[in-house]
Amino acid sequence: MYDVNYHRAGSINEALSLLETAEDGKFLAGGQTLIPAMKTRLAAPSDLVDLRHVAELKSISITDREITIGAGVTHAEVAASSEIRSTCPALSYLASFIGDPQVRHMGTIGGSLANNDPAADYPAAMLALAATIITSQREIAAEDFFTGLFETALDDNELITAIRFEAPEKAGYGKFPNPASRYAMTGVFIARKRETVRAAVTGAGDDGVFRCSELEDALSTDFSASALDSLTVPAENLMTDIHASADYRASLIVAMAKRAVTMANG
Amino acid sequence: MTDVTMTVNGKTVSGTVEGRTLLVQFLRDNLGLTGTHVGCETSQCGACTVHMDGQSVKSCSMLAVQAEGASITTIEGLAKGEDLHPVQAAFKEHHGLQCGFCTPGMIMAATDMIRRHPEGLDEKTVREELEGNICRCTGYHNIVKAIMAASEAMCSTANKAA
Ligand code: FES
Ligand code: FES
Repeated sequence: MYDVNYHRAGSINEALSLLETAEDGKFLAGGQTLIPAMKTRLAAPSDLVDLRHVAELKSISITDREITIGAGVTHAEVAASSEIRSTCPALSYLASFIGDPQVRHMGTIGGSLANNDPAADYPAAMLALAATIITSQREIAAEDFFTGLFETALDDNELITAIRFEAPEKAGYGKFPNPASRYAMTGVFIARKRETVRAAVTGAGDDGVFRCSELEDALSTDFSASALDSLTVPAENLMTDIHASADYRASLIVAMAKRAVTMANG
Repeated sequence: MTDVTMTVNGKTVSGTVEGRTLLVQFLRDNLGLTGTHVGCETSQCGACTVHMDGQSVKSCSMLAVQAEGASITTIEGLAKGEDLHPVQAAFKEHHGLQCGFCTPGMIMAATDMIRRHPEGLDEKTVREELEGNICRCTGYHNIVKAIMAASEAMCSTANKAA
């Protein structure tokens, strides 16, 4: 790892001004991707602005059906929140299978979204839940937030502060984890709100997370796993790598979608 | 170089580190606490697992400066005096180790796991929860057995106390 200047922010404003004055700075959330990337010199920021002590980023609040999760909330905290479990259990489930326990104690929802790994779990949930990403400057619909592999709509000095969504009536997540990394080889998050079904797929797209219209159409008419029995999704624009071919991922999408619907109806 | 101060195994310790110094390097090289191991470069093996403010973390995946002001427990700080911690005792009793390289990380992960599951642990949960710890020797069977036995021993003492 190249040497780096470390700064600890105590507030959102302090974090922004620390980053502003850094030559080539980066925000450090849980660091479970960034620190390993720095160890291999894939990332080499001049400065790190540690967000882990910014209290403003750490709250979970639920009013009626609206859930707001601070960007600094860890995966373990999302998984353990009884409020989230009672309003959107699919999200608790998703958080409880990210990485491993040690990673979940450090990694945060904001860090995961800002990184937008094409195989990360949270982007699928945000897209299917039609969540809003709240930043230090504006509010961005999930639809407009994820712009490609490791790419987001965030500007250079823009910080995610929270995410917000209305709890769905039903939701589920099906994930086929890569046996080594536990990232999704294919993950499908399905949510139904007021008769509208949204299905988002992670780990499979050539260009990162995406909504799958074949799944959405089939499930809008019949919200059951059996509605997907004879469905196929095209392998076009799906990823082929050492782990799986595009064709295999296409069939995983349907298989994981069935699991997600079964969970949603369960 | 920066100065860091944290509590390690109940004692306040300070040192001078580079920004890039990992917590595991600080523990091993500055403090001589070599019980915490480094088994990989990729954050996957868990041999470096310690507790920070009561929660298991990988000390190879965070900077020493990130732990400024925190309370760290390493394998050296687990036993009370001469008596092994119940998880250590269970690993000994159930042959939960062969070469022992993964063992400090396994035991730190296990104590954290038992703390988070006061209701007790079944085999499936233990195996799932060991996702972040790799062992090259044992095939995991005796590690799982040891953790379940320790969990039972610790839950029943806790219940008796209550
Ligand atoms: S040394 Fe392998 S995970 Fe830390
Ligand atoms: S006992 Fe040898 S690596 Fe686990």
